[in-house]
Amino acid sequence: MIDSTAAAPGAAIAVVRAPRGELTTWRLILRRPTFIAGALILAFWIICALFGNTIAPDNPLAQQLLATNNAPSHAHLFGTDQLGRDVLSRVIVGARSILTITPLATLIGVVVGTALGLVMGYLGGVVDIVVGRVVEAVLALPLVIVALLFVVALGPSAPVIIVVIGFIFAPLIARTVRSAVLVESQLDYLSSARLLGEKPAHIMFVEILPNVLPAVLVELTVRLGYAIFTVATLSFLGYGVQPPTPDWGADIAANYVVLGAGYWWETLFPALAIASLVIGVNLVTDSIEQVLAS
Amino acid sequence: MTTYLLRRLGLAVITLWILSMIVFFAGQVLPGDPGRAVLGPLAAQSAVQALDHQLGVDRPLLTQYASWIGGLLHGNMGTSYTFRTPVEPFISAALVNSAKLGGLAFVVVVPLSIIGGVIAALNVGRLPDRVISVTGLSAATVPEFVSGIVVIVIFGVELKWFPVSASAGTGASALSQLDHLILPAIPLVFVLFGYIARMARAGTIEALESDYARTATLKGLKRSVVIRRHILRNSLLPTITVIATQTGYLIGGLVVVETLFNYQGIGLLIFHAAQDKDFPMLEAGVLTIGVVYMVATLIADLLYTLLNPRLRLGGTG
Repeated sequence: MIDSTAAAPGAAIAVVRAPRGELTTWRLILRRPTFIAGALILAFWIICALFGNTIAPDNPLAQQLLATNNAPSHAHLFGTDQLGRDVLSRVIVGARSILTITPLATLIGVVVGTALGLVMGYLGGVVDIVVGRVVEAVLALPLVIVALLFVVALGPSAPVIIVVIGFIFAPLIARTVRSAVLVESQLDYLSSARLLGEKPAHIMFVEILPNVLPAVLVELTVRLGYAIFTVATLSFLGYGVQPPTPDWGADIAANYVVLGAGYWWETLFPALAIASLVIGVNLVTDSIEQVLAS
Repeated sequence: MTTYLLRRLGLAVITLWILSMIVFFAGQVLPGDPGRAVLGPLAAQSAVQALDHQLGVDRPLLTQYASWIGGLLHGNMGTSYTFRTPVEPFISAALVNSAKLGGLAFVVVVPLSIIGGVIAALNVGRLPDRVISVTGLSAATVPEFVSGIVVIVIFGVELKWFPVSASAGTGASALSQLDHLILPAIPLVFVLFGYIARMARAGTIEALESDYARTATLKGLKRSVVIRRHILRNSLLPTITVIATQTGYLIGGLVVVETLFNYQGIGLLIFHAAQDKDFPMLEAGVLTIGVVYMVATLIADLLYTLLNPRLRLGGTG
């Protein structure tokens, strides 16, 4: 292979190859039936989150105290809850809170974690050692419990939950990115970049980052699943979105006490909503991982 | 090997120390004024200050941390804001209850998920594999309260096979206790199944592709013998480590499951402490979970080293 870019062959090849490789990868991912199924489920809930108030047949906050605990019927497809509110409308509008909080929390975690991971993997040193220990400490506790501890201390609100979960994710994501960076730093294109006298920041964010993006992408989708799990659980425990705002976890917490009386629809439909969202995310995650692994 | 274990132990101590700082920071620095948190916004400022002084939270942070960590080292985990008594009796009683529930979940999930993972690995890429993998992954991320509620509705309310409350009452026989614990254990099994099955699958696939497996097949051994004698032995080793790390997720699940089924374990204790803003109880509970997790991973590492001849006979790990 002789061409005019011989001065920095490694860097040139990496730059030319990466986009072409990504294109085929994307095409492979998009073609998988599991990805399509997962993406459709996610799209459905995203539409609910964006246009919930328009789609919903009723006002999710409107109480009808003469029509409480009504079983599913033509008037209320999913029935009504203990305050006579339309369960279907609450499930549709309830998508908004969880689909706002979890992507933002995951995004904070991915951005901070990736930056941290690049520094840990490429520069090593004190940051690497300290963050490595913090990761071990955070891993010793279940996500729900660390999140609960901090949310109780700071008071439950959407911004607090977003920041707390984002910052818990950051060291965990950093660890994955770090190992991906360590693999990259063995490769020739980095030594050429160093020989060319590029600054560490340039090498980390311009040379290495594009090549560890697949690992970041997998982390993003996996962590989104965990975030949904955690946020729903916090809501259920009473440390998420506060009533009367429609929220799946909080609605389940408010209504599961009347399960014993046979009013299953008030709990089951929000529960199915959470389950379907989680499964949608996992179908997408699974297809991305399958393609990247092969 | 001894140096490896000593190193491992040293790292565990450092991690525990960092953990204690995180917990102290969250429990005693972030909330601001514990007296105000306990007494509420309407209490008089003088009463809040008096309580702060009584609780010792008006001292400098470093002094507070030093006395807290000093107490911990002497087995004194603090005094509950709510009960005004030491927290240890609450913690130890709750830990025993949680161990029963968690133990039952483990006894069920470990064989189940290993079999599932091995079946998936033997059918890699085919339907059984995809079904087990996607089901496992989804079950692992469906929150326990969702699966718990489904389980309550089906087996508790509709079929009435099992009691809906987890507590069998004082002095109940072991069998009656078990009967009460079956429903709460199911959501925990769901969550754990996916991770363990996934590791068992990965380990088995790796072993299947190895040279020794190919040699065993080429020298004419039956497939079942190859799997039993050569594959499983190697593939299940990493699974041991994963099972230990799952203790953490198990305890996370306990908070929800114990709240849902009103079972007096460490999870419900933490939940109530959070509701009451009883930070010493909360910190003690969270730290206990961290210690349990680290002991579990240490034991797993030890087992892994003992069972793996390559590490036992001289490797440093």
